[in-house]
Amino acid sequence: MECILLIDFGSTYTKVTVVDRNNQRIVCSSKTRTTVETDIMLGYGKALAKVQAQMADAEYEVIDCLVCSSAAGGLRMVASGLVKQLTAEAARLVCLGSGAKMMGVFSQKLTSGDVTRIEALNPDIILLSGGTDGGNNECIIHNAKKVSGAIGHIPYVAAGNKNASDDLEAIFEENGVYYKTTDNVMPELNQIQIEPARDAIRKIFMEKIIEAKGLGEVKEKLSKEIIPTPMAVLRAAELLAGGTDRHKGWGPLLVIDIGGATTDVHSACDGYPTRPGAVMKGLVEPFLKRTVEGDLGMRVSAESLKESVGLMTLNELSGEPYEYIEERCSMLSGNIDMLADTEKEVSFDESLAAAAVKVAVDRHAGKIESVYTPLGTLFYQTGKDLSSVDTIIGTGGVLVHSKNPARILEHSLLEEAKSEWLRPTKSKFMVDGSYMLSAAGLLAERYPELSFKLMNDYLKEAGRNEDEPQERKMV
Amino acid sequence: MNAVLVMGVIGADCHSVGNKILDHAFSEAGFKVVNIGVLSSQEDFINAAIETGADAMLVSSLYGHGEMDCRGLKDKCVESGIEDILLYVGGNLVVGKQDWEDVKRRFFEMGFDRVYPPGTHPDTAIDDLTRDLRLNIVLKGGRTDGVYSAY
Repeated sequence: MECILLIDFGSTYTKVTVVDRNNQRIVCSSKTRTTVETDIMLGYGKALAKVQAQMADAEYEVIDCLVCSSAAGGLRMVASGLVKQLTAEAARLVCLGSGAKMMGVFSQKLTSGDVTRIEALNPDIILLSGGTDGGNNECIIHNAKKVSGAIGHIPYVAAGNKNASDDLEAIFEENGVYYKTTDNVMPELNQIQIEPARDAIRKIFMEKIIEAKGLGEVKEKLSKEIIPTPMAVLRAAELLAGGTDRHKGWGPLLVIDIGGATTDVHSACDGYPTRPGAVMKGLVEPFLKRTVEGDLGMRVSAESLKESVGLMTLNELSGEPYEYIEERCSMLSGNIDMLADTEKEVSFDESLAAAAVKVAVDRHAGKIESVYTPLGTLFYQTGKDLSSVDTIIGTGGVLVHSKNPARILEHSLLEEAKSEWLRPTKSKFMVDGSYMLSAAGLLAERYPELSFKLMNDYLKEAGRNEDEPQERKMV
Repeated sequence: MNAVLVMGVIGADCHSVGNKILDHAFSEAGFKVVNIGVLSSQEDFINAAIETGADAMLVSSLYGHGEMDCRGLKDKCVESGIEDILLYVGGNLVVGKQDWEDVKRRFFEMGFDRVYPPGTHPDTAIDDLTRDLRLNIVLKGGRTDGVYSAY
């Protein structure tokens, strides 16, 4: 049997998944604690031993090994642009689309104070943008001078006005920093271009960050290419929505990942207006969009989740009194390994998850505003209209272990009272019960058919009651 | 290097035909047109102008509320650091039968550099813009020959 080894170095767990290429199935998987503080290979060795034990009787040959990582803080980035709603926002979306964790977003000319703040944030990469092609180049040149003159040890990606690139290269050379210049994140007004900057970020991640995070040995021994884990999930979403050469994709979809510290939402859809009379305003957001909510999580961020959604909402969702909510949230954020044991605790966890889904999808979705004009009511749409989404895939412990994940995911849908948010209207709910999305994403580029087949087989429809999960038919 | 101009229809006005014609005429004349389209706010114009490094802003209004919509635009430009940008406005700027000279004066007072009545041929504005841009360069001490391929 020809096997592919898929390894995910997570912040907490190192997961190893073995895929049988010929029979297109997951053979087995295992997870152990990530050991980035000592030697990352130790934890990996343990996880590998576990799968080897499970496969002791089989004859197999490992033909490929693919790796993603979010260990040691993941990929931490700072972005800067000119106008807050334009190039700074485009740069932010590019960073998120590259699988980064946003440490800060800056607009206009950077001040000495900004530079000090960036230094304190200590990102892994700084992305500079500003100006459309042929547009403003003062800002990005000023920012490059200012920040690369002061911070020399952090790699830079410059993706702004192409007319500035010669000057930028000269500045970076003079300051002796590691950099890549690439195509503009916003070549024309309101048009965002993600791929070139994303590739530059991925390359720097490979060339510089991996080593700095203590993953040098992984690169040497396991795989030359290592991508940030969120990028793998995005690739999985893209493949699943778009399909392969031989199979039709699932169409517009949403992936919601509820973690201990953050809630991530990924959408793979165009998001063009569907409401009659709606006019698009501002930045046209990308087909593949990712947002990360750092204040919404099940454990570390339980307290901030309570602050963000409010006691009243949590009370409505859980039926628990305010005192219990206060107590439980502060306890959870202090005890990140806490498992919910009793029925009451499980149910409260699910209420937290529902609140996280609700707010995270609101922030991801576009918004519609009505304008009353002499010509009648018109609608401005900013961001993506998610009403075409008809599949929502949930992942993360609370959903995977829930008896009723659909009840949690339902909170992503449109509410009558808040119809200005362009959330999905009706959808099928799926759950990634075997934590295979990032693994499938790793396979997506080199083995798209295999990756697509595995997702079709292993993502299960979320039962509304306690029905048996149903497998989705392949088209 | 082509001169860059931001054009659009201001306010809650969604008349798009004239906007398309102007886009075509100015592009044909060699300008780099950044068309932000209908229903554009003052902030949309300003953000677009900053990001694209525009030399001029062409504001259209057809539905009669132009005076209200344009008020304060120049001040916001100054505030946003693009005080040198040329501001043009044209269309059905006011309602009712008002004396054009009076209307024009009010828009000049608001800080616009050129104000056009309904029915102005695009060529008129193109000629004016060409002249004004040259003047701007001369005022800044630059040479105008071969600077704008617009003419």
